[in-house]
Amino acid sequence: MVIVVGYAPGPPGEAALRRGAEEARLRGARLVVVNSSRGDALVDRRFAQAEDLEQVERTLAAAGVQWSLHQPVRGREASEEIVRAAHEARADLIVIGLRHRSPVGKLLMGSTAQSVLLDAECPVLAVKGER
Amino acid sequence: MDLGPLMEGFATAATPMNLLYATIGVILGTAVGVLPGIGPAMTVALLLPVTYSLPPTSALIMFAGVYYGGMYGGSTTSILLNTPGESSSVVTAIEGNLMAKRGRAAQALATAAIGSFVAGTIGTALLVACAPIVTKFAVSMGAPDYFAVMLLALLAVSAVLGSSRLRGFCSLGLGLAIGLIGLDRVSGQPRLTFGQAELADGIDIVVVAVAIFALGEALWVAAHLRRKAAQIIPVGQPWMGREDWKRSWKPWLRGTAYGFPFGALPAGGAEIPTFLSYITEKRLSKHRDEFGKGAIEGVAGPEAANNASAAGTLVPMLSLGLPTNATAAIMLAALTGFGIQPGPLLFQKEPQLVWGLIASLFIGNALLLLLNLPLAPAWAKLLQIPRPYLYAGILFFASLGAYAVNLQSFDLVLLLVFGLVGFMMRRFGLPILPLIIGVIIGPRIERQLRTALSVAGGDVSTLWSEPLAVGIYVIIAVLLLWPLLVRLLRRNPRRPRFKDA
Repeated sequence: MVIVVGYAPGPPGEAALRRGAEEARLRGARLVVVNSSRGDALVDRRFAQAEDLEQVERTLAAAGVQWSLHQPVRGREASEEIVRAAHEARADLIVIGLRHRSPVGKLLMGSTAQSVLLDAECPVLAVKGER
Repeated sequence: MDLGPLMEGFATAATPMNLLYATIGVILGTAVGVLPGIGPAMTVALLLPVTYSLPPTSALIMFAGVYYGGMYGGSTTSILLNTPGESSSVVTAIEGNLMAKRGRAAQALATAAIGSFVAGTIGTALLVACAPIVTKFAVSMGAPDYFAVMLLALLAVSAVLGSSRLRGFCSLGLGLAIGLIGLDRVSGQPRLTFGQAELADGIDIVVVAVAIFALGEALWVAAHLRRKAAQIIPVGQPWMGREDWKRSWKPWLRGTAYGFPFGALPAGGAEIPTFLSYITEKRLSKHRDEFGKGAIEGVAGPEAANNASAAGTLVPMLSLGLPTNATAAIMLAALTGFGIQPGPLLFQKEPQLVWGLIASLFIGNALLLLLNLPLAPAWAKLLQIPRPYLYAGILFFASLGAYAVNLQSFDLVLLLVFGLVGFMMRRFGLPILPLIIGVIIGPRIERQLRTALSVAGGDVSTLWSEPLAVGIYVIIAVLLLWPLLVRLLRRNPRRPRFKDA
């Protein structure tokens, strides 16, 4: 059994990670953490760096689940990478984090969560970050 | 020294409209300085068509703001991302980024911004002092002298800067060839027009500059978009402690002393003085062990040097009409576009423009300090813009600008052709600067040559009839034969050692 977690540094991503770890422990599943960047900006804050990854490692070690990290940078949207990873691993569940978006922001940048919900082949669990 | 004209200049620069243009200039300049690959030269080229409807003084004030702003902005990227925003801040990146990694990003940004301000202000004051003297001297120069000085500038830019002389001269040759296109001014014969009526007027410098800088760079980035997401080092408000001030002020002054004269020389540029300043600070520092780990002196000196060299560049540009870097070259093209003849008479004929421009440099520098010191983290956010959006915008403005110059679609074809030339030049490592300087100085050096020859009735020896010209030819000879001389000089001291052994 495999669970895919869409992770990005920040409260929603961390909430998704914690919930994903919890589900993995309950179901005895393996966790695949996906964190990607389109890589076309010089700086991408949503691409996890060493410090964030240490945090991820601590969280998952505490949960005691088997996990792997997937950080592709190949010009694709994060939603596409998550759905693709889930397809390849034949995942049973995808866990993502949600955050509040302004209508304009959503119009301009699109919504990763919405694309994952609509495109995924398996059930998607969406959690909110701490306010 | 008479400060009257400068005060009148302040009166010109401080009108609300000109202040507005200065502000727009420094904001744009900082933004393009922060973004790697997009520099003040490209920005000024893109702004050229827009500014033809403005009064020349306002336009030049804006350009000067962009030029100075680019120098400030470049340091932010160097320090926080270790990617120099401009070639002149390559050296800053060495120690600056190491400081940031040690958690001293705030101090590095502060010493860069304050050092730039100090150097920019001193440099501009030196410009006020030097330019009229050079002008007085330049008025007495004849056509043969001018020909020699321009030749020196062309050769120096091609041979001294950049890694390969051959590539420099290839680029210069391309530029001179582009500059030849059009009707011969004396005989009216068409040159290199290939029978195209549209080419008879020559190629507008706006089209060439926009194509080489904007289109060439956009194509290059499109072909080589690096798929890499870096993270910027988080930073709060830039500030400096007492110790930092103590360690910074001497490097600032020494950096200024290096930067200004190098900027003023025909082959100056900001790369050599920033590097020299770095080496000097490394040698003189009491904290030599900190170099290589993030020493504040290694940021303060080079940053001051690059801003002082920006001020120095304006000395030959305003007093001789001689540009020594790409941005100055395009500012000079703008002057010509306004129907103003650059050269030593500029100070007499256009005092309002020249002194207004100089006064605006003082104002722009102060504005830049205010913009950069508290807002450096905000500027760094610009790096999160996906580059495809950025270059799409640049291409849009490039095409609009190239079309707007003469409102003929033929210019768009030219834009594309020269854009491809710009791309190929980047592909094969040809420097851009000699081409731009060649296009701009080429027709002017030809005019001086023609004038000199027609005054002397076609006698070629007139070219070396004046002592100044002869002196400059000697400098040119040394410059071109330098690698050979170095080899000869190195060989001699070695011989005794062989005997000992």
